[in-house]
Amino acid sequence: MTEPTLPADPAALAAALESTGYLPDEGLATAAYLALVMHRPLFLEGEAGVGKTALARALAEVTKRPIYRLQCYEGLEASHALYDWDFGRQLLHLRAAEAAGAAERAEELEASLYDRRFLLARPLLQALEDSPSVLLIDEVDRADDEFEAFLLEVLSDFTISIPELGTVRAQTPPLVVLTSNRTREVHDALKRRCLYHWLEHPDFEREVAILRRRLPDVTEELARQVARATARLRELDLLKPPGVAEAMDWATALHALGARELDPDTAARTLGAVLKYREDTDRVHALARGALFGGG
Amino acid sequence: MAAEEGQRRDVVTTVLGFARTLRHAGVDASPDRVEAMLAAVAHLDVLDATAVYWSGRLTLCASPDDLDRYDAGFAAYFGGEAPRARRPSGAEEQRVAQSAPLQTGEGSQEGGEPTELATQASGEEVLRHRDVAELTVAERDQLRRLFALLVPASPMRASRRRSPSAHGSIHQARTVRRALRDGGEITRLVHHRARPRPRRVVLLIDVSGSMSPYADALLRFAHAAVRARPASTEVFTIGTRLTRVTRELRLRDPDKALAASGSAIPDWSGGTRIGEVLKAFLDRWGQRGTARGAVVVVCSDGWERGGPELLGEQMARLARLAHAVVWVNPHKGRAGYEPLTGGMVAALPSIDCFVAGHSLAAFEELAGVITRA
Repeated sequence: MTEPTLPADPAALAAALESTGYLPDEGLATAAYLALVMHRPLFLEGEAGVGKTALARALAEVTKRPIYRLQCYEGLEASHALYDWDFGRQLLHLRAAEAAGAAERAEELEASLYDRRFLLARPLLQALEDSPSVLLIDEVDRADDEFEAFLLEVLSDFTISIPELGTVRAQTPPLVVLTSNRTREVHDALKRRCLYHWLEHPDFEREVAILRRRLPDVTEELARQVARATARLRELDLLKPPGVAEAMDWATALHALGARELDPDTAARTLGAVLKYREDTDRVHALARGALFGGG
Repeated sequence: MAAEEGQRRDVVTTVLGFARTLRHAGVDASPDRVEAMLAAVAHLDVLDATAVYWSGRLTLCASPDDLDRYDAGFAAYFGGEAPRARRPSGAEEQRVAQSAPLQTGEGSQEGGEPTELATQASGEEVLRHRDVAELTVAERDQLRRLFALLVPASPMRASRRRSPSAHGSIHQARTVRRALRDGGEITRLVHHRARPRPRRVVLLIDVSGSMSPYADALLRFAHAAVRARPASTEVFTIGTRLTRVTRELRLRDPDKALAASGSAIPDWSGGTRIGEVLKAFLDRWGQRGTARGAVVVVCSDGWERGGPELLGEQMARLARLAHAVVWVNPHKGRAGYEPLTGGMVAALPSIDCFVAGHSLAAFEELAGVITRA
């Protein structure tokens, strides 16, 4: 597979990402650029909704690579991450061989059973086979220690050995993006393999730009008001401070209601798009709403 | 060529010096990380301060707590050219600033004095403990040994991981492999079932003044728990602030572990603001996952200097997150004790189990409560 030329420097990558609608700041653009050229996994940490997963998708778009996503959860096993055998089809094959009366010897029959066509590739194997690709390992903090150790092995040499078939090696290492919401401390050994970037909520101007870019129908005025109100909500010490995703949901909700600007009344009606805890809603209601959402 | 060689050497020297500065500031800039930084710098413009800043930050840092130290180290070493203003101001900045003191091993400007105090205090704690429990030196030594033997078994929970079993769902891979041995005939189904896993146990230990007679014993209990299940036990101390001491308690030797956690705790024998500190715990750790489905053990006498409403609120929040909430109050062991303090009254509705924690026997009982939770 021929690889389109990679961006020459972080600024070029930032520009390319912007053309897909993802607006990175300088640090994030540098992180992504280094991950591309150094073939190092990129470990992204930050509050939920700051755009960690979206970056992987945007990078796939920019580099024109296929993206494979592995969602982590507790108890995630290698067979769900790497590969599995298609047992149903293996048995059918066995029956068919019998019915055809093929006088194969047992070893041959067995060898034919562990053929590539009976192998179900899971995200990690897919990403290596289809490399260059983008591999998104989402919420790695949800998987358990054993899986982390296993991941370490795969990410250090980008090979997977399948006992029955042999070793799969990626020609070009995939661009790996790991995300974590920091529900748990991820092992240092894994972090050491990666470039580490802590993602912050975007600043005001960037957030307005993101809203404008993603929701072209929303007026500039509404986008600015939503960004400002979201920023204020983030200062309130809420259980779940709203991320960019919530700001976008909010702007979409307001736009759907035909609101052209954010006034205390429409804000109160659409607060469910931004706040996800009753305590937070109560808190915001208790505060002077006018002070939060009123004015320009 | 020679000039390039020279520049390369300069860069290496500079980066090594920078890494040394950072290590002093508490960032773990290990040799492999420094190597990664050199590789990163080589891909960017060596003469651009911003590029150097980011190549270091992306390769040498490993947690949000490192970032402030990194910025300070960068400013000190490269003469304040760090693009510090790039970090958004407002809530996020404040959040980092607030959370920093809650971590162990914080910046040097505050580190010195409280550490000394803490070590002294931890010595005193032991003495006070002996006083209250009315033990002789020999008895105290024996008690320590007993604490080391106290192994609180973890409560178990179901998981998605499976292991072979006589019953349960069919393990397709093994069934097919077995069938192959019998010439493709499925003669026996091989089963597997969910393997139970230890449930996380979180200990929150009050180290304020009113609890100081018991803090040593509680930390010893915590040490035994951490040693038994290092991966699924978390320990925090609460007082005027939250300190995570899990890492310190992982040391094998109980006395060393206690000394280490003692120097990590900045607020020995201070006041109590359980409500606030509990909120900090839930915000920073609990809600993100540490308290989710865990058995949370709060060890405190419930003397709350802040408002009991906040404590009640946070306890309710904790109860919604945790699998079980156990409250250990040493005073409960005394005859005629009634939970009348404001904090205790506010917390009681959210507690699943209320136990004493004043003697070794009480701790054994506590271990049982945790296992059954």
